[in-house]
Amino acid sequence: MSAYVTSVLAVIGINVMLAVSLNMITGFCGQFSLGHAAFYGAGAYGAAFFAAAGSSVPLSLLVGIVVASLLGLIVGFASLRLRHDFLAVTTIGVSFLFVGFVRKQSWLGAEMGISKIPPSGLGPEGNTLLIVACAVVAIALSLYISRSWMGFGFRAVGDDEDTARTVGIPVARYKLVAFTLGTGIAGLAGGLYSYFTQFIVPDSFGFIVSVALMAMVVIGGTGSTLGVVAAAIILTLLPEMFRFVNEYRLLIFGGLLVLAMRFAPDGLAGLGRAIVTKVRGS
Amino acid sequence: MYYVDLAFNGLVFGCTYALMAVGLTLVYGLLRILHIAHAAVYAFGAYIAVIVANGTGSIVLGVATAMVAAVLLGTAIYRLLYQPLLNYPPYVPMIASIGLLVFMEDGFRIAFGEQGLTFVRNPYPTELHEFLGLTVNTVQIAIIVAATVCLILLAAFITRTRIGIGWRATVSDPRIAESFGVDAIKVRYLNFAIGSALAALGGALVGLLNNFVEPTMGFVVSYKALAIIVVGGLGNLQGTLIASLALGLVESYGTIFVGHFLDRDAIAFLFLIAVLIARPQGLAGMKVA
Repeated sequence: MSAYVTSVLAVIGINVMLAVSLNMITGFCGQFSLGHAAFYGAGAYGAAFFAAAGSSVPLSLLVGIVVASLLGLIVGFASLRLRHDFLAVTTIGVSFLFVGFVRKQSWLGAEMGISKIPPSGLGPEGNTLLIVACAVVAIALSLYISRSWMGFGFRAVGDDEDTARTVGIPVARYKLVAFTLGTGIAGLAGGLYSYFTQFIVPDSFGFIVSVALMAMVVIGGTGSTLGVVAAAIILTLLPEMFRFVNEYRLLIFGGLLVLAMRFAPDGLAGLGRAIVTKVRGS
Repeated sequence: MYYVDLAFNGLVFGCTYALMAVGLTLVYGLLRILHIAHAAVYAFGAYIAVIVANGTGSIVLGVATAMVAAVLLGTAIYRLLYQPLLNYPPYVPMIASIGLLVFMEDGFRIAFGEQGLTFVRNPYPTELHEFLGLTVNTVQIAIIVAATVCLILLAAFITRTRIGIGWRATVSDPRIAESFGVDAIKVRYLNFAIGSALAALGGALVGLLNNFVEPTMGFVVSYKALAIIVVGGLGNLQGTLIASLALGLVESYGTIFVGHFLDRDAIAFLFLIAVLIARPQGLAGMKVA
C-alpha cells in the first residue's frame, strides 16, 4: 500500500467509527446529538495527554475511551431531562464548550494543541490496520445491537418515549447506555486519531465536524448501520477523489444536507429500500 | 467606571442578539422549527449592506436595501425549504437548516473572499460621544436605538393590530385560529418577513460596528441565539428579550472573570447549561407548550 492509500484508509476507518457510534445515539435511540465531535476530541485529548506522558498504547486508548464516555454519560443525564429540541441545542453547546475550554488550557497546549505524541510503534500500515479492525468491530457491534433486545428497546425509545415507558422499557437506562456506548466508541476513534496524526489541535474537533458526522448519519439513513457506513465512506472519499471538491467542501456538504433532507429524508437506506420494493413489486 | 463601561458594552451586544433571536423564537413558536439558517440571513444582510453602501456611498440606503433583500430571502427559505418539510419529524427541517447555513456561509466565502469586506466610508465607529461619563460611539447608540424602536413597534404590532393578534393566536393554537378566520399561511410569511428584516438589520449594524463583514460572522451568533431562545422559553418574546440582554451582560463580565479558562463564545453555553439544569423549561417557562 502506498502512504497515501494508507492514510486515506485510516481516515475512512475513523469516520466510519464516528458515524456508526453517532448512529447508535441518534439513529437507534432517537437522541439528536450535534456535539459528537466533542466526545471524539475528549478521547483524542485524553489519549494524547497520557501518551505524551509516556503511557503504553493500550492504556492511552483506554483513557481516551473512559474520558469520552464519562462526558457522554453526563450529556446522557441531560437527555433524561430535556426534550428533543432542547437536547439538540444543548449538544451544540457541548461542542462549543469543549473547544472553548480546551483552547484556554495551557496544560493541554491551548491553541497549539498537543504535538509530542510518541509513535504507536506499529508503523503507518500497522496503525491503519488497527483502525480498520476497530471500525469493523464497531460495525459488527452496531449490527448486533440493532438485532438484539437492547436495539429493540433503543428503537422503542426513539419512536415514542412515553409509550416505551408504559410498556415497561427502562427508558432512562437505555438512553444512558446509548450515550455511554456511542461516545465511548467516539473516544476510541479519537485515541486512534491521536496516534495516527501524532499532533492534535482544538479546531479538529469543532462544531463543523459534528455537523459533518450528522450529515453522514442522515444522508446514510438514520438508524441504518450499512447506509451510514456507505455515507461515511462516500463523504470521506469525495474530497479526496476530486480536487475541486476539497476547495468547495463545505459548500458541497451543506448543499448535500439540504438536498438530502428536502428530497430524501430517509437517506441512502431509504432510497435503497424504495428501489427494492419497486423491483419486487413489478 | 470600568464596570459601567462593561455593562454598556454588554447591553449593545444584548441588543444585537435580541434583533437576531426575535425572528428565531417566532419561527419556533409558529412552526416548531429551529431555524438555524437565520444566521445566514443575518450575514446576508451585512453583505448586502456593505456592498450597496460602498456602491452608492449611502450607508442608510445600504441598511435599508439589506432589510428588503432579507425579507425576500427569508420568505423564500420558508417557501422552498420548510413548507415542504412541515410534515416530517422536527429534526428533518433542522438538519436542512444547518445544511443551508453551512452552504450559504461557504457561498459568501467563495463569492466575496475569505478576508471579508469593509465599508469604504464609515466614520461612525470612531465618532465618539461623552454620555453620563461613558464614551460611546455612534454605531453603539444606533444599535440600542434601533433595537428599542423595532421591538416596541413589534410589540405594538402584535398586541394592537388585527393581523398581529391573529399571529399570536396562530402561535398558541393554529387550528382554532384558523377556524376563526386567521390566514395561517399569510401569518407564516409575515413571520419570516419580519424576523428576517430584523436579523439583517442586526447583521448590518454589527458589520458597521466592527467595520468588517466576514463569511462566518453569523456562525457563532446563531448558536448564541439558539441558546437565548431556549433560555427565554421557546416561542416566548419577553423571555427572549430578557435572555438576550442577560447574555450580553454575562458575556461582558464573564470575559473579565472567567476569560482565562474559557473563551467568550463558550460562556454563552455555560450560561445556557446552567439555566437548563436549574429550569429545564427555560427562564420564563413554556408559554407555548
